[in-house]
Amino acid sequence: MHIVACIKQVPDPSQARIDRETGLVIREGVDKIINPYDLHALEEALRIKETKGGKVTVLSMGPASAEQVLRDAIAMGADQVILLSDRQFAGADTLATSYTLARAVARLEDVNLVICGKQAVDGDTAQVGPGMAAKLDIPHITQVRKLRELTEDKLVAEKLTDRGYEVVEVPLPAVITVVKELNEPRIPGLRGMMRAKKAEIPVWGPEDIEAEADRIGLKGSPTQVWRTFEPERHRKGEMLEGTPSEQAAALWQRLRSL
Amino acid sequence: MDYFLTEEQQMIKDLAARIADERVKPVAAELDEKEEFPWELMKVLGEADLFAVWVPEEYGGLGGGVLEQALVVEELSRACSGVAVSYAASALGSFPIILFGTEEQKQRYLPDIASGKRLAAFALTEANAGSDVSGIATTATLDGDEYVLNGTKQWITNGGEADIYTVIAVTDKTKGPRGYSAFIVEKGTPGLSFGKKEKKLGIRASATREVIFENCRIPKENLLGREGQGFVITMKTFDRTRPGVGAQAVGIAQGALDEAVKYARERVQFGQPISSFQGIQFMLADMATQVEAARALVYSVARWIDSGAKDVSQAAAMAKLFASDVCMKVTVDAVQILGGYGYMREYPVEKMMRDAKITQIYEGTNQIQRSIIALDLIKKAARKNK
Ligand SMILES: Cc1cc2nc3c(=O)[nH]c(=O)nc-3n(C[C@H](O)[C@H](O)[C@H](O)COP(=O)(O)OP(=O)(O)OC[C@H]3O[C@@H](n4cnc5c(N)ncnc54)[C@H](O)[C@@H]3O)c2cc1C
Ligand SMILES: Cc1cc2nc3c(=O)[nH]c(=O)nc-3n(C[C@H](O)[C@H](O)[C@H](O)COP(=O)(O)OP(=O)(O)OC[C@H]3O[C@@H](n4cnc5c(N)ncnc54)[C@H](O)[C@@H]3O)c2cc1C
Repeated sequence: MHIVACIKQVPDPSQARIDRETGLVIREGVDKIINPYDLHALEEALRIKETKGGKVTVLSMGPASAEQVLRDAIAMGADQVILLSDRQFAGADTLATSYTLARAVARLEDVNLVICGKQAVDGDTAQVGPGMAAKLDIPHITQVRKLRELTEDKLVAEKLTDRGYEVVEVPLPAVITVVKELNEPRIPGLRGMMRAKKAEIPVWGPEDIEAEADRIGLKGSPTQVWRTFEPERHRKGEMLEGTPSEQAAALWQRLRSL
Repeated sequence: MDYFLTEEQQMIKDLAARIADERVKPVAAELDEKEEFPWELMKVLGEADLFAVWVPEEYGGLGGGVLEQALVVEELSRACSGVAVSYAASALGSFPIILFGTEEQKQRYLPDIASGKRLAAFALTEANAGSDVSGIATTATLDGDEYVLNGTKQWITNGGEADIYTVIAVTDKTKGPRGYSAFIVEKGTPGLSFGKKEKKLGIRASATREVIFENCRIPKENLLGREGQGFVITMKTFDRTRPGVGAQAVGIAQGALDEAVKYARERVQFGQPISSFQGIQFMLADMATQVEAARALVYSVARWIDSGAKDVSQAAAMAKLFASDVCMKVTVDAVQILGGYGYMREYPVEKMMRDAKITQIYEGTNQIQRSIIALDLIKKAARKNK
C-alpha cells in the first residue's frame, strides 16, 4: 500500500491573533505547527502501513519554513516527504492548492490512498481534500471517523454527519479527509527525532510536477479576498435581580420567550 | 537555570516533559486511586525510545547514562512518580547486566529492555534483610549445569510485571555478604512466582510485590559476574541509581512547587491573592531555592558518574539524601500553601506529599545514606593522617 498524507503548516491557534486594522492573521512571533487534523491523517497513514505494509509519503505545500512540519512527519515515521515550495506556488487559493497537490500525487507511484485533514485551522475551507479528488478524478469521502475495511482496491469507512454517521464504500485510489475521533496521534520517539534532524528534505517546484504555470499560485487563483473582518458582536450581558428563586423564574421566562 | 545539557539531552528532557504533561498528568489521580499498573504509559515510553537512554548503543540503546535516565525520571515524576519509578526500576534491574553482564547476557537481555518490550526489576530486600543485607536468606545452589534458587524477596518494584529479574542470593553461607551472588531470572521460569501486591501510602501506580523462588532452576550461565560478587554488584548498581531516586525527588518537588505557585496567585483571602503575603512568598522562595539546589547536585553527580569516575558512592548518596529530604519538605509546604484544599484529593499536592516519603526510604534509607557519607569522610581522613 502506498499512502499519501497531506499536511499543512499553520500558526498555532492558541497563540494566533487577528490584526483589527487589517483583518489579517498576525503571523510574526507565532509558533508554526502541523495543522491539528493533519496529525490524525498522518497517524492513520502510519497505522495502515504498520498493519498492511507499504509506505507513507507526506506532502506539504508552503514556504521554506514548512520544512519543519515535514521533519516532524519523519520523526513520527513517514518514509518519504516532499516539500512543494516555489515562489510561483505562493498566493494559492483552494483551487490552485488542490491542483498543485494533485499534480504532486500524480507524480508518485501507485498511490492507493490520499489522506487529508478535515480542514485547515487557518484557511478553514475544508475544500482541498475534495478538490484534489476532483483534479485526480478519483472518489473521496470527507469527515472520516473510522476505517472499517481496507484492501488494495476498496475502502469502507464511517463518515461523520450532523446526526450520526454514514457507512461509505469507495474503490481505490481515493481521497479521504479525517476528523479527530479517528485516532490518537503518536508522540514521536527519540530515534525518529534524531533521524528527522539529519534528514534532507527534497523540494519540488512547478517543473517537478509538470504544472501549468497559470494554474498555480496567485495566477491560478480566481478567488480574491476583498475584506476580512471580525463579525460584530451583539452579545450583551444582563443581570437578573432578586432572590435566587425569583432569578430562576425570570431566567425561565426569558428562555421560554426565545 | 541552564544546566548546559547537550542537544540530545535537552531533546530527551523535552520529550519526557511532553509525555508527562500530555499523557501522564491527565491519568495520575486515577492511577493512584485504582492502584493500577500503568502498562499503557510504559508502552508510550517504549515507543518514545525512553527506555533506551541508559543502554549502550551496541545493545540497542542510545548510549546515554545516569544523567539521561535522571532527566526522564525527573520529568515523569513531576506528573506521577508511581509511573516514574516503574520506569526507573527497569534501569535498576538492568544496570547489573550493563556493568557485569557477559557479552552473551547483554545481547540477550538489553535490546528488549531498551525497546521497552520487557521491563526489568531488582530483587534484594527480604523480610529480615532491609538496611542490613547480611540477613539475606535466599539461597542459590549449584546443581550440575543449573543453580537452584529458594527464598522470598519482598517489596520488589515491578514485581510480577517485569520479565527480567536481577536477584541477589547466598551461594556461600560461610562468607557473609562476600558469599552473595547475582543472578538473572526470567519470568515464566518454573519455581518463580509472585506473592501479594502491597497496598501503599504513595507511588500507588507502581507494583510492589513479593518474588518467590521454590526450587527455581536457572541455567548456570545466568550468574552475573562471578560467585561472591553479588554485594559489589549491588553497591555499584546503587551508585548509578541513587541519583535517579534524587531525580525522582526533584521532579516531585518541582511538581508541588508549580502547583503551590499557581494556587497562591489564584486563591484570594483578606481581599488579595495569598501570594501577596510575605509569609507565603518566603515559603515559595525557600522551596524554589531548595529544589534548584537539589537539581544542581543531582545533575552534577550524575554527570560525574557518567564521566567514568571511580569512587562515587559518597556523591551518589549525597544526591539521593539531599534531594529526598528537600522533596519531603517542599511537598509538605505545598500542602500547607494550598491549605484545606491541599489536603483534598481533588488537588494533586496531597498525592505528591504521599509519594515524596518513599524517596527517603528505598535504595537505602536516608540514615543509611548518612552512614555511607560519614564513613567515607572518616575513612579518607584516617588515610590522610596515616
Ligand atoms: C490570510 C489568508 C488569505 C487567504 N486568501 C485566500 C483567497 O483569496 N482565496 C482562497 O480561495 N483562499 C484563500 N486563503 C486560503 C488559502 O489559500 C488556503 O489556506 C489554502 O488554499 C488551503 O485551504 P485551507 O487552508 O482552507 O485548507 P482546507 O481545505 O481546510 O484543508 C483541508 C486539508 O487539505 C490539506 N491541505 C491544505 N492545504 C495544504 C497545503 N498547503 N499543503 C499540504 N496539504 C494541505 C490538509 O490535509 C488539510 O487538512 C487564504 C488564507 C489566509 C490565511
Ligand atoms: C515501595 C517500596 C519499593 C521497594 N522496592 C524495592 C526493590 O525494587 N528492590 C528491593 O530490593 N527492595 C525494594 N524496597 C526495599 C527498600 O529498599 C527497603 O525498605 C529499605 O532498604 C529499608 O529497609 P527496611 O524497610 O527493612 O527498613 P529497616 O532496615 O528495618 O529500617 C528501619 C529504620 O531503622 C533505620 N536504621 C536501620 N539501620 C540503621 C543504622 N545502622 N543506623 C541508623 N538507622 C538505621 C532505618 O533508617 C529505618 O529508619 C522497596 C521498599 C518499598 C517501601
